[in-house]
Amino acid sequence: MSLLEIHDLSVRYGPVAAVRGVDLHVEAGEIVALLGANGAGKSSLLGAVAGLHPPAAGRISFDGAQIGGLPAERIVRLGIALAPEGRRVFPRLSVADNLRLGAASRRDRDGIAADRARVLELFPVLQERLWQAAGTLSGGQQQMLAIGRALMSRPRLLLLDEPSLGLAPIIVAQIFELIGQLRRDGVTVLLVEQNAHRALALADRAYVLATGRIETSGTAAEVRASSGIERAYLGLEVEP
Amino acid sequence: MPLAVISFTEAVQQVVNALSLGSTYALLALGLAMVFSILGLVNFAHGELVTVAGYTFFLLHERDVPFALQVPAALIAAMVAAILMERLAFRPLRGARFVTLLFASFALSVIVQNLFLAFVSPRQKGVPFPDTFSGFFTIGPFTFSNLQLMTTAACALALVALTVFLRRSIQGVGMLAAAQDFQVARLMGVRANRVIATAFAISGLLAGIAAIFIVANRGTIEPAMGFTPVLKAFIASVIGGLGSLSGAVLGGFVLAAIEVGLDATLPQGALPFRDAFALLVVIAILYVRPRGLLSRREEGA
Repeated sequence: MSLLEIHDLSVRYGPVAAVRGVDLHVEAGEIVALLGANGAGKSSLLGAVAGLHPPAAGRISFDGAQIGGLPAERIVRLGIALAPEGRRVFPRLSVADNLRLGAASRRDRDGIAADRARVLELFPVLQERLWQAAGTLSGGQQQMLAIGRALMSRPRLLLLDEPSLGLAPIIVAQIFELIGQLRRDGVTVLLVEQNAHRALALADRAYVLATGRIETSGTAAEVRASSGIERAYLGLEVEP
Repeated sequence: MPLAVISFTEAVQQVVNALSLGSTYALLALGLAMVFSILGLVNFAHGELVTVAGYTFFLLHERDVPFALQVPAALIAAMVAAILMERLAFRPLRGARFVTLLFASFALSVIVQNLFLAFVSPRQKGVPFPDTFSGFFTIGPFTFSNLQLMTTAACALALVALTVFLRRSIQGVGMLAAAQDFQVARLMGVRANRVIATAFAISGLLAGIAAIFIVANRGTIEPAMGFTPVLKAFIASVIGGLGSLSGAVLGGFVLAAIEVGLDATLPQGALPFRDAFALLVVIAILYVRPRGLLSRREEGA
């Protein structure tokens, strides 16, 4: 049984179908990349898994339990955390409070303290800025905070939505190195990325989404070798 | 009378007047801002929470319940009324447009007023408070009323307690987070219904505290008694920057200072139009700072 199993998922915004009949699975311990052009439906798919918006059709199961349509506050308690697109840290709260909120779903004080220490070890820059308002951090620091905040719920599945968006190359390299480190810690990651080359270098498997449908999928090497990826990124409509 | 030079004693007296008047404005504006910051709803039925507390005093006094029990009962009644408003009126409208919510809150205000009108009395009723409230005390050349001191002290206490709750407790931090980005707060596991109910409960508690001093000051209650307080609270929160909590408190004191200042300086013949002059000053403030004194910059900057 896969950790995350998505079957025939559709997500709509009013009349617009953002995701159309997608099948996808993530095994425990894997890093799976979800690639595709702007507007391909990647963020909508992650949003449906995390409970930001209910699926229009299809099933999402996590660890064997149906989670499709549950509210976000329930899903995080089951062990799924999303670091959303655009980072979305709480700008007027301190770094410490942002991290504290990441553990809002938990009550085990000792475990929370240990995880906070672990996050600050992963991102020493956050330790230096613990009492600063999160809105005053640089983009890269905010991204680190967004990932650290998501880790504070001690997720079994971490959803990362465009963690490299708008960041300097050196910061991007740091973020990807960190994601690799998370894998060694046993965190399963579903990664949405525009930066296909970096994502494929890191991921075990990948899916390429184009206009809401899976265009190509397979191991990272297979996807890299396929022609589907260029087509998806160029936004060419592919007839079935 | 031109702008006369006032004596030092008189100036101190006026500052105390402004502080105590501003305290009730601040408590009410803070409740409005609390709900607005999380739901984007201006609850014009907020004044009816003051009415609910006022009628609790009246009904319990009729039944000879001691005053020491009337106070907690009035506070609880205002909190429960606020929670019921959310549950019965606003929760079914969750996600509705701003104007829909606005009209719903007006309708709710009228309904609550009419409940008191129909089931208690359409007339003003006297609510006697203990003598402590009407007493005075003197420090050197200054004479202060007990009511002013109690109002200011209660407001200060409530502000400190609320600040500690919002900054220290995880529930409080969760509320601040929900006000900044509700969706992400839910992603973190902050429970939406609980945050919203808590915001209403706090707004009810603050309105209940303000009601103690409003009723003590008026000495009477009536079905429409909540209108002026909610109007002042709304103006105060707009001065401060709608949705900003510290702005609401600041706005309450600024509005009170304007009113007390005009009371002291306007010529006798112009005093009946004091509120019009006060609003003129408010318009001038908003002309300079259209989003309010402590308005936040737009998100994402």
